[in-house]
Amino acid sequence: MNSIFDRDTWQEIFGSIGQNKVRTIITVIGVLWGIFLYIVLSGIAKGVDNGFENQFERISSNSMFVWAQYTSIPYAGFKTARGIDLQLNDVESLRKNIPEIQYIAPRIQKGNFGSAAASVVNGKRSGSFAIYGDYPILLKIRSKDIYDGGRFINELDIKESRKVCVIGERTRKELFEDNINPIGEYIKIENIFFRIIGIHKYVDEGGGSFDDDGDIHVPFTSFKRIFNSGERVGFLLIAGFDDVDILKVEEKVKTQLKIIHKIHPDDDQALGSFNLGALFDRILRFARGMSFLSLVIGITTILAGVIGIGNILLISVKERTKEIGIRRAIGASPNHIRKQIILESVFLTIIAGIIGIIIGAFVLYIINIATENLDNVPLKNATVPIKFILGALFLMIGLGTVIGFIPAEKAISIKPIEALREE
Amino acid sequence: MIEIKDLNKSYVMGKNSLHVLKGINLKINEGELVAIMGSSGSGKSTLLNIIGMLDNYDSGAYQLDKVPIKDLDETKAAKYRNKFLGFVFQSFNLINYKTAIENIALPLYYQGIASKERQKIALDYLDKVGLKDWSGHLPSELSGGQKQRVAIARALASKPKVLLADEPTGALDSKTSDEVMELIIQINKEGKTILVVTHEQEVANMCNRIITLKDGVIMTDIKSK
Repeated sequence: MNSIFDRDTWQEIFGSIGQNKVRTIITVIGVLWGIFLYIVLSGIAKGVDNGFENQFERISSNSMFVWAQYTSIPYAGFKTARGIDLQLNDVESLRKNIPEIQYIAPRIQKGNFGSAAASVVNGKRSGSFAIYGDYPILLKIRSKDIYDGGRFINELDIKESRKVCVIGERTRKELFEDNINPIGEYIKIENIFFRIIGIHKYVDEGGGSFDDDGDIHVPFTSFKRIFNSGERVGFLLIAGFDDVDILKVEEKVKTQLKIIHKIHPDDDQALGSFNLGALFDRILRFARGMSFLSLVIGITTILAGVIGIGNILLISVKERTKEIGIRRAIGASPNHIRKQIILESVFLTIIAGIIGIIIGAFVLYIINIATENLDNVPLKNATVPIKFILGALFLMIGLGTVIGFIPAEKAISIKPIEALREE
Repeated sequence: MIEIKDLNKSYVMGKNSLHVLKGINLKINEGELVAIMGSSGSGKSTLLNIIGMLDNYDSGAYQLDKVPIKDLDETKAAKYRNKFLGFVFQSFNLINYKTAIENIALPLYYQGIASKERQKIALDYLDKVGLKDWSGHLPSELSGGQKQRVAIARALASKPKVLLADEPTGALDSKTSDEVMELIIQINKEGKTILVVTHEQEVANMCNRIITLKDGVIMTDIKSK
């Protein structure tokens, strides 16, 4: 028996598929198109996935915000439209009652959500900026890119209520000359001098962003003193552990806060919240849906292409009935014939697959280059893992073999004598 | 070499059964050159197909080189055909996209002979039929006589015990017919057993035994010389 790796076996295969070159090429394009679609689509799906991940990597994806508003249902002797303020000791209460919470960062702000911005002065320059009173734990939930030579608020700043601040990039532009390094300089916030300890970059955080770069962060305790805000908290940033459902955490947090602040359990107006987890979930599902869709499109197109190959081989077997008869008469066994036709099928499929993969990879390469410097396109590093490519290739070999059996059995079902009679 | 006893063969077509071979008894010795004659429908092609293991028979016995041939599966039939028999057809039956030498080498390929060896053997046989210079030509570039000579070379390449020729000169003019028959006679003289099915008396006369079939029975069996 001649082996698959025998040069002669391949000569036989080339000899027969080379007979109708145009038809062979057109057939091959069917499979080629399938694998090409699969590679490009799943590459783009991966790229979109990467792109979103890149945009959101600075925020803990399993996080949410909660803030207080006005009640809409009278409860526990209180009238409706009562203004609620979250308190600093809510944090302890939530921590104790909801073990799913990994981090809570309370924040108080001025110059956002309706309150007037603080006036800030540096020499002759001045402006109104949003001021945030933050804890260092904020960095666990949403990272801030601090420029070299600076830092974010630390525990000691909180403990000593230091008059230090981290300013945004735009704040820096408005208050300082370009050639001045503001680190260590002092600015006047509401007539009190604060030393600048860091500058943070503007980070596009996608959907759930309250921050921009025209702001100033000060220690929470310092904020309390200047603005006399007491134990009040503007809002809470809460991050759950990686394996918890942040939507459930959101429910629990609200329920707990309603108990603390004597809000009617059905009052949906009193507490506001924004859940990043839900947003991420949607995006993640979208990306996964795209991957799945590309898999389905790719596989079905490959399947259609392979069926096309089977079909064309069936026609080719019919056309070569006489030739097969001759081969049988001069000593080809049914196995010889079967093997040859299956190998033709597999060979065509693999060739189509490899060309499709190469063209697909090339197109992805072009897409990557074209989108490399476009920040507004959520596409990054559009690639297909090698194991997926190998998987697709093996799938095609398998399909090619299975499909090849149909024309092969057809070929050996022809009796040599009948084949020879055919003119 | 060939021993046939009381061979019967019918073709069933719907309700009708056509009794094609009605008790053929035949013994062909090694080295004979036998012509099988008969008008169309006499059963001569059916007999050749059965001898060539391309067709089955209903009853009787057939032995080829003392090997009983009956109800072979396709794989075994292919093996025996390759080992025992060489075929020459009226319409040459060369594979049209293969060159002369590749056509001759094909039975050797199915025997599992290595490529270089095949080329050598094929070229030897091509030389034997006088077409050494045509080895790289496709069948379409050869004349009818040349094609038949390539087909004979192919039939001989696997060193068969018996050469079966079905109207080998049927598609050729008389001059080339003579040339092809001369080649067949020459091969016979080298010791090969050859069966030629023909309806041409001239061709039959070149053989040393003429068997005439009519309506499925042997009418005459004449040994000349």
